Amino acid sequence: MLTMASIERVGVDELRGSIAVVEAIPGVGYREEVEVIGAHGESLPGRVLAVTESVAVVEIFAPTDGLRLDSSRIRFRGHPLRFGVGPELLGRVLDGAGRPLDGLPPPPAAEMRPITGSAINPTRRAYPRDFLETGISSIDALDSVVLGQKIPIFSESGLPHDALAMQIVRQVRAPGVEKFAIVFAALGLPRETTRRYLDDFDASGARSRLVVFLNHADDPAAERVITPRCALTAAEYLAFDLGYHVVVILNDITNYGEALREISAARGEVPSRKGYPGYLYSDLASLFERAGRIAGRPGSLTQIPIVTLPSGDMSHPIPDLTGYVTEGQIVLDRELARRGVYPPVSILPSLSRLMTDGIGAGRTREDHADVAKQLYAALARVERARSLAAIIGTDELTEIERTYIVFGERFEREMLAQASDERRSIAETLTIGWRLLSILPRSELTRIRDEFIARYAS
Amino acid sequence: MSVLTEISGWVVKARVDEPLGLREVVYVGSDQLIGEVVALDHSIATIQVYEETEGLAPGDRVIASGAPLVVELGPGLLGEVFDGVQRPLGALAARDGDFIRAGTRLPPLDRDKLWPFEPAVAIGDDVTIGAELGLVQETGAIAHPILAPVSGRIHSIAGRGSYRVADVVARVDGHDVTMLQTSRARVPRPVAERLPLAHPLITGQRVLDTFFPLARGAPACMPGGFGTGKTVTQHQLCRWADADIIIFVGCGERGNEITQLLRELPDLVDPRTGRHLRERTILIANTSNMPVSAREGSIFTGVTIGEYYRDLGFHVLLLADSISRWAEALREISGRLEEMPAEEGYPPYLSSALAAFFERAGSVRTLGGREGSLSIIAAISPPAGDITEPVTRHAQRFVQTFWTLDRHLAAARVFPAVSMRDSYSDIPAGVMRWWESQIDPQWHSKRGTAMAFLEDAARDEEMARLVGSESLPDRERFVLRLAEVFQEGFLQQSAYDEVDACCAPARQRDLLDLFLATYKRGLELIGEGKPADAIVSLPLFANLQRVKSAKTLPAISDVEKELAAC
Repeated sequence: MLTMASIERVGVDELRGSIAVVEAIPGVGYREEVEVIGAHGESLPGRVLAVTESVAVVEIFAPTDGLRLDSSRIRFRGHPLRFGVGPELLGRVLDGAGRPLDGLPPPPAAEMRPITGSAINPTRRAYPRDFLETGISSIDALDSVVLGQKIPIFSESGLPHDALAMQIVRQVRAPGVEKFAIVFAALGLPRETTRRYLDDFDASGARSRLVVFLNHADDPAAERVITPRCALTAAEYLAFDLGYHVVVILNDITNYGEALREISAARGEVPSRKGYPGYLYSDLASLFERAGRIAGRPGSLTQIPIVTLPSGDMSHPIPDLTGYVTEGQIVLDRELARRGVYPPVSILPSLSRLMTDGIGAGRTREDHADVAKQLYAALARVERARSLAAIIGTDELTEIERTYIVFGERFEREMLAQASDERRSIAETLTIGWRLLSILPRSELTRIRDEFIARYAS
Repeated sequence: MSVLTEISGWVVKARVDEPLGLREVVYVGSDQLIGEVVALDHSIATIQVYEETEGLAPGDRVIASGAPLVVELGPGLLGEVFDGVQRPLGALAARDGDFIRAGTRLPPLDRDKLWPFEPAVAIGDDVTIGAELGLVQETGAIAHPILAPVSGRIHSIAGRGSYRVADVVARVDGHDVTMLQTSRARVPRPVAERLPLAHPLITGQRVLDTFFPLARGAPACMPGGFGTGKTVTQHQLCRWADADIIIFVGCGERGNEITQLLRELPDLVDPRTGRHLRERTILIANTSNMPVSAREGSIFTGVTIGEYYRDLGFHVLLLADSISRWAEALREISGRLEEMPAEEGYPPYLSSALAAFFERAGSVRTLGGREGSLSIIAAISPPAGDITEPVTRHAQRFVQTFWTLDRHLAAARVFPAVSMRDSYSDIPAGVMRWWESQIDPQWHSKRGTAMAFLEDAARDEEMARLVGSESLPDRERFVLRLAEVFQEGFLQQSAYDEVDACCAPARQRDLLDLFLATYKRGLELIGEGKPADAIVSLPLFANLQRVKSAKTLPAISDVEKELAAC
């Protein structure tokens, strides 16, 4: 086991991409942290991918160009890959492996923690049910998020998921919660995009409650695999040690999956669907399941990862397996975006699994669940009426079908659409909901209790 | 000394210098991680490790246990939460804190807890194998018999009193008997005979019980893409299914879902016994971020516990969520073993592995002459919701009850989102006889009428999609509207509605009768020339949508009266 201090070997047997093969030293452990030192003294971080009695296979999280077999030195650190956590992480901008990018010295570490984390004992989890308000009507009313949930944004290239993520960072709040923190991890994003994020964080004054990790599109794929783990280690510390309510935004999981595939292929593993490794599900789960709450501890860890669907395909392995781990999804729709609706949230395929227990009297408002159910039912009718109208024309529709068409249009204009700097409280959002439902005849409101209709219908 | 030679993920290799058996349990490294030997080649053993292998190094010791993977059985299982290799998660949390430590271990059953034992035999009695030696009140709801492991004479028997699970409570023909026993996880427990399936497993869910019933002792599978309500439906079954014991295996799924069950079960009361549901429930929680190899084992841990309670004479339901994650664990193991993959990377033995699991369901006469059953409901998470994928396709060959969850229904928030078109159940004759003798002599034909009505409606809907419902004749318009109302008022069932969450068979019949009466009288009225619009705009139609939440249902005569007045 890893009891020894650093040991070093000079010379590497094999170099291929980010993988190095080294003659093994007794005692070198699986997944141990390594440091590769090049001919000019440059230090590259890495870890042991596999180890036998004769060789250790090492992956390197930095560009390996120029490394030589004879002059490279490998230092085995004697412990698993770790990240230093401490209260001064807040306000910092770090690279994908956790080193400062903001010109300041490394944040002082109160403790070094293995980045893989440990599974929360399921019996110690507290069930998440405290409403988190994003100020965005479509999400708050119909895909309500709770503190400790994991819910991805399914988007596509060219859709405004970045603007939506920035708006969430600016607006997010929860009743009675003071200590909010955000951990933002860029996974393979273009530098132009991360610059826009940083500018927005600065402009809105959110920077001081943020920890930012930046793995850029041209950073090594191997580093991309550890970035979210560093970010989550930081987030767990802030949430479960310091009591912050932390929202983690991992952007973009699709790039992460690509990196995983790249490394898997380099290791010569048997591929599964579309060349992704067979352990893609378990690997994604090892990130997303780090969300949650723990009984008796004050903080929470909420995850809102962003997944850009490759060619808009929700059945692609990355969104598909993400959807199986996460507690719902917020789906952005290109057609809505083309019609100029921001944020273009498509309600019917979106879902929040933890919504039912997180809303209602004492959390949002007593009528919230009924209003949401009625809106889903109405939107399902809108969809049917629209597809019918596309075939037979609006004139041939029944009166009630035409009413639903009108409802659908007004829903998009009044409920979905909102300015990127507009924060709507849940009460304002529900008022809009009631206004829209008043378009429908009373007999259509089968999902709302009569007492609520009496109390809230204008 | 056996030592590790190679570590890559959680499949490791060791050079062994002592005889090891295939599937023998070994302890790996200084933390003594639990592993199982999956292949032997001369002096090299390949070991599947059930825990995180980070930090293991070549040269670390491997210790043989001399025994295969076993499950501990006895009083104290009910109400507990175990991981895939039966570590007691509650006790571990009490000792280790909020996170699971690698190499941590505690016996599954508490060795110190005292159980009240009531002897049922006397010294000198002759008993046969499986005879009851005594009774332990395990929970308020369940009295747990302690059975004779062999036939023979009672040499000693403990008096009425409190004993620990490992205390000897009887001596039968030279064998010491404790309340604790072990059983191999991967081998089915023996039974005297399999019995024909003669009793439905009532789930309280109308769409399942009425249209696609499951027999006690039968396996079923429930495929559904993400977001189709698999888990909510499984939780509903966990709460309301008419079984003595429920085992819920959370196999590679979400941690919060286990928490939700843990939070709710103590609050829910079993309508039959008046006791808390937790008292009849065992949870196996191997969530998606817990080690994959233990996920593979969790199914066997669950099914072995299920067989044990079956052998005590209980009706047991095992819910597995989901076997796709289990199959993926098989695939990962197979990949690490560098076996030749078959379709979509799954190992060629996927089909046999699934069969071995589903075949452990059954209604049986036990060795002791009791009757018990183990039913299995396995959720499947087909990639992209495509049910032609290997796991669903193979599972289909071993089950007669198949509940497909439909993405479109789920998007419209129709739950349970069981597809009427893609689901089926090959109903055993005995189950239909039960409905006819206990609930309604006309059940077979009523169910048939309802199915035909829905089939009609599906056809009409396709037509409406082409020409618009305005252009349909009155009969079709009536059928179409009634089908909508039927979907909302009968098929759809709210898990969160106090009255509607669980619907007893007699109430299912009464509700169905209301719809069938409306259907029959409505068609007659149409035949008499009444316009469909006049009929479907009756208040009756709005009422039928909501009546499922009412404590008492209206009388059929009232329905007929309203229609007659139209």
